[in-house]
Amino acid sequence: MTSDLFIQNLFNALTVGSLYALIAIGYSMVYGILRFINFAHGDIFMVGAYFIFFAAAHLPWPLAAAVAIGGASLMGIIVDRVAYRPLREAPRISALISAIGVSFLLENLGLVVFTGLPRPAVQPQWMVDPITLGSIRILPLSFLVPAVTAILVLGLLWIVYRTRPGLAMRSISRDIETTRLMGVSIDRIIAMTFGLGSALAAAAGIMWAIRYPQIHPFIGVMPGFKAFIAAVVGGIGSIHGAVLGGVLLGTVEIMAVAFYPSMSGYRDAFAFVLLIVILLFKPTGLMGEKLEDKI
Amino acid sequence: MTGPLKHNAVRNSLSTLAFLVAGYLALSWAEANFDGYQTQLLNLVAINAILAVSLNFIYGFSGMFSLGHAGFMAIGAYVSALCILPPAQKELLWLLEPIYGPLAALETPFVVSVLLGGLAAAATSLLIALPVMRLGGDYLGIATLGFAEIIRVLFTNLAYLTNGAIGLRGIPSYAGIWWNYGWLAVTLFVVLSMLKSNFGNVLKSIRDDEIAAGAMGINTSGYRTMAFCLGGFFAGVGGALMGSLVTTIEPKMFNFQLTFNILLIVVAGGLGSITGSVVGAAAITLLLEWLRIVEAPLTLNFALAADDPQLCAAALAVCLASGVFWLRKWRRGARRPAAALAGRLIRGLTLALALTALALALTLALALALAFLGLEMFPDFTLDVPGIPGMRMVIFSVALMCIILFRREGLLGVREFSWDGFYDRLGRLARRLGSGGR
Repeated sequence: MTSDLFIQNLFNALTVGSLYALIAIGYSMVYGILRFINFAHGDIFMVGAYFIFFAAAHLPWPLAAAVAIGGASLMGIIVDRVAYRPLREAPRISALISAIGVSFLLENLGLVVFTGLPRPAVQPQWMVDPITLGSIRILPLSFLVPAVTAILVLGLLWIVYRTRPGLAMRSISRDIETTRLMGVSIDRIIAMTFGLGSALAAAAGIMWAIRYPQIHPFIGVMPGFKAFIAAVVGGIGSIHGAVLGGVLLGTVEIMAVAFYPSMSGYRDAFAFVLLIVILLFKPTGLMGEKLEDKI
Repeated sequence: MTGPLKHNAVRNSLSTLAFLVAGYLALSWAEANFDGYQTQLLNLVAINAILAVSLNFIYGFSGMFSLGHAGFMAIGAYVSALCILPPAQKELLWLLEPIYGPLAALETPFVVSVLLGGLAAAATSLLIALPVMRLGGDYLGIATLGFAEIIRVLFTNLAYLTNGAIGLRGIPSYAGIWWNYGWLAVTLFVVLSMLKSNFGNVLKSIRDDEIAAGAMGINTSGYRTMAFCLGGFFAGVGGALMGSLVTTIEPKMFNFQLTFNILLIVVAGGLGSITGSVVGAAAITLLLEWLRIVEAPLTLNFALAADDPQLCAAALAVCLASGVFWLRKWRRGARRPAAALAGRLIRGLTLALALTALALALTLALALALAFLGLEMFPDFTLDVPGIPGMRMVIFSVALMCIILFRREGLLGVREFSWDGFYDRLGRLARRLGSGGR
């Protein structure tokens, strides 16, 4: 492979990896607090992509993005309120099944409301006009996505590590009962976690729709699974881990296909193979802490 | 009243025998009188019951949250299809890439092919179990889901074995009523005897407390692996039968949705109840078919009560049940003081829902009664309901969520049908009727 092509692929990997990272953060935060896989997270990503599609038809683009992110965030909070909060005291598997139910509900509701026809996403022209640097052609999007991701992640880290609600979040993930006794409104903080995670997923959905300009109700399934895997690989419960896992997964996927084009049919399997390898050798993930079993 | 049930082995064996004979007669009757569509549904019930029982064995009784059922089914279906496809058909199918040599001439009887499908699935589940059995809870779920996805991707790409994304067509449809219900009987027999034996007790002890079971000296991962393989075997058998029933298989068919449908059957029937899985399989298979009416355009008028009384009666039952449900919910809320505005709003909404459902039920009952007398209510009233594609699955997912949110233990919880319980209940009913008459 020529070095030009390699650099282009590197940017591709960084773009896809950033998007996985943004989704993975939502999985990781929810798992860190509630210890269950929010299967519906990938579908919040899909909802975000649809919201921008409809909002951009009526509003200028930045405003539309804000509306889409806000809408998806609200959606995440509603899902938590309706489908997960009643099951807080139930076995975790119940919440997991409920999450699978929400996921299928959102997908099929999407099918009913938006129809199964793939819709063309709105692409602001300046983002997709390639820039040429010497012999390398790169879309501005490939710079923009990692940059936006970095800003969003820094913002999230600021919220989680520098504000009082963030302190409450970290505290809940350590010990939910003690946190409750300290006078923290658990449900409000959990709703906030869902809101933040969903907002990031929606941001990823918007950028994904610009990168791969087709939106359909099942758009979130594969990225959702892969982002969850990225969260596990990085160490579930850790925001840094989710980012690392996302970028790693994106790189593996893009580079493996770039170096061995004959493997492209297996692209969707890489993530699952990586997951199983990680689970075998380091079940806590790259940056995860050991979660003790409570006896 | 709730003393230990009287056990009567002779009576129970005779009852089982009578039940089998009745089942045989009912199936013979169905074979003679059902049309193609009804037979297909009857077969689907049996296959779904096999799949649900096998998943329940893995999840409900052994406590392993496995989401890999579609993968095992795919293996069973493909292995069995490769065994029963006639060589001539194989030559027609593999166009893009030639079929792997030895497979081209392979043809085995149906029972062998189903067994091979099951064994292949069991072998795969052993391979999967070895690495993932150490994982607990939802990690196991996601890892098995990962394996199922890998199997699907492999099947899409290994064209010389599976014919790739095009899939296999024209699989001989040997899987008739007798094969399907025969395999269901085998599955039930094996699983129930396993559960009744010490093996079953060990599995349940691991499910309830893995650490305590390990401390008692039980080789937890060994037992779990065995249970996983047995479940995998029957999932493969179910897949093999499914392949022969629908005669066309492709990798896309074995996606996560398939696992989800079976999980729904298991959860709805009751985790840890084999009876529940069988009842759930019948109920959900029929419900899913029946829900197709919401996807077809429908003209509603009260002549419907005369044209399609079954549909009307079913709607009446649904309205009545939901009306009673919401009414009870409202009354339970009435005992607590509703302070906040939101609480009052929700209570009002609950009452409104209850009354609407009951009013609908009353109207339907009236329409049915009038139709029975040969009259028609409001003959001029018609309502065109457009068909909504996809609505079926929306209702289906809402149903799953309602089960999980409102009745987490499912239809039957962990209760099982037994002849002792059956006769005990029958006796109590007879006594109550007897004392009521006096």
